[in-house]
Amino acid sequence: MPKMQALSCRECGKEYPTRDLHVCELCFGPLEVKYDYEAIKGRISRAKIESGPYSLWRYHDLLPVEGEPTVGLYAGFTPLIRARNLGAFLGIDELYLKNDCVNHPTLSFKDRVVAVALTRARELGFETVACASTGNLANSVAAHAAAAGMQCYVFIPGDLEAAKILGNLIYRPNVVEVEGTYDDVNRLCSEIAGEHRWAFVNINIRPYYAEGSKTLAFETVEQLGWRAPDQVVIPMASGSLLTKIWKGLKEFEKLGLLDHVPTKLNGAQAEGCSPIATAYRQGRDFFKPVKPQTIAKSLAIGNPADGYYALKATAESKGAMETVTDDEIVDAIKLLAQTEGIFAETAGGVTIGVLRKLVKQGVIRRNDVTVAYITGNGLKTQEAVIDAVGRPIRIQPSLTHFTKTFGLKEGA
Amino acid sequence: MAKLRFHIRYPEEKIPEPILYEIGHEYKVVTSIRRADVRETTGWLDVEFTGEPDEIERAIGGLRQKGCIVDPIELNVVE
Ligand SMILES: Cc1ncc(COP(=O)(O)O)c(C=O)c1O
Ligand SMILES: [Zn+2]
Repeated sequence: MPKMQALSCRECGKEYPTRDLHVCELCFGPLEVKYDYEAIKGRISRAKIESGPYSLWRYHDLLPVEGEPTVGLYAGFTPLIRARNLGAFLGIDELYLKNDCVNHPTLSFKDRVVAVALTRARELGFETVACASTGNLANSVAAHAAAAGMQCYVFIPGDLEAAKILGNLIYRPNVVEVEGTYDDVNRLCSEIAGEHRWAFVNINIRPYYAEGSKTLAFETVEQLGWRAPDQVVIPMASGSLLTKIWKGLKEFEKLGLLDHVPTKLNGAQAEGCSPIATAYRQGRDFFKPVKPQTIAKSLAIGNPADGYYALKATAESKGAMETVTDDEIVDAIKLLAQTEGIFAETAGGVTIGVLRKLVKQGVIRRNDVTVAYITGNGLKTQEAVIDAVGRPIRIQPSLTHFTKTFGLKEGA
Repeated sequence: MAKLRFHIRYPEEKIPEPILYEIGHEYKVVTSIRRADVRETTGWLDVEFTGEPDEIERAIGGLRQKGCIVDPIELNVVE
């Protein structure tokens, strides 16, 4: 029995074959992979998962690919770190960090979704992959395409910083710089995806691509000793990651791998781009698009595709949403680095900044088992903290001067 | 002839106005609404436009002129 039954419309439920489709022909709602959980239940178990590879492919039974994985074999299974110092500072007894700063090969959680998307794209017979991205997604698609020997197109807006472009060019994809605004690039990519038979990972392959994010939930549960946390804090751009972490937890429950899911989802956004969090706090079930203005570029999506579903999942879990300012993001990046030795990118600053606020507000309590998702590496967004880390201490090349500068006793 | 799908959001003050009807008269495009949510505080439509590509482009420009936010049906895909 195949585990994937169909692609089904999230709005009207109409079903489609598991091909490269992403929009319902009837109502234009987004499509999602529908599994045969009865069949999966017969073959999945904790023991089987535990004996699998040390990558996200240990959850193959719940991923939308038919055969063996062929791309991204080492993505996922990143450390879940018990954050004692940060926990003590914030006042949480059991705090964990899911550290996707060290995901393989491009140091962000996007390596998960891209591993799944490209494996599926190959199964569907694609030789060319593409994406539209200003950062992490482009890095990951370009790197995986190089390793898989696939043709690759990366579309970027014309005003992107040099450092970010370099991170793509090194893998030698076709980097296409589109003149015009964000909206222009956005429109063009949607039209190109409709025109060419390419695997546009976050457009026509999106139903498969997005499923890769579930593995963050699976790993968390397994690494906690088959427990679901009480609270999770998740950064949101399109809102897909949050939505899929919820789906992953619910799947484990449905399959009997977890008894029960007490988890409250907490969504984190930067104040300068917070369409989802603002709607949630105002008690609305719809969001208003915004023009992003924040240093958290990886989360700067003004009209998020999964915003509506993120609102729904958070409400279902009785969770919360919060925002942080750019200054709070920088403070939080430093706090994380200085307590736990982890240098996260701005999205991590958003997560830790929001975690801090939620603890202060009493939303997250001392005895809640809490997991914060650190989804990208700080070395990629150094410009965000460059003015906030101070300077080296300068001394003359003399032992006396050194000893004096630090007020040390000689020979001590 | 091209067929393109869009998510159109109205500004709040324009919710009572028949914007799509006007667009259908001002430009040579056929519009087909597939899903919509129009309330006092929000208004959006998922619509298919059929017409010559350049004329669809002009119609989108017209919608923007009227204060609408027009995105492809997938919303923001540049991540
Ligand atoms: C580092 C990082 N964290 C979190 C996210 C949020 O992901 P989503 O768009 O699924 O909400 C992104 C998305 O681009 C990202 O790059
Ligand atoms: Zn539908």
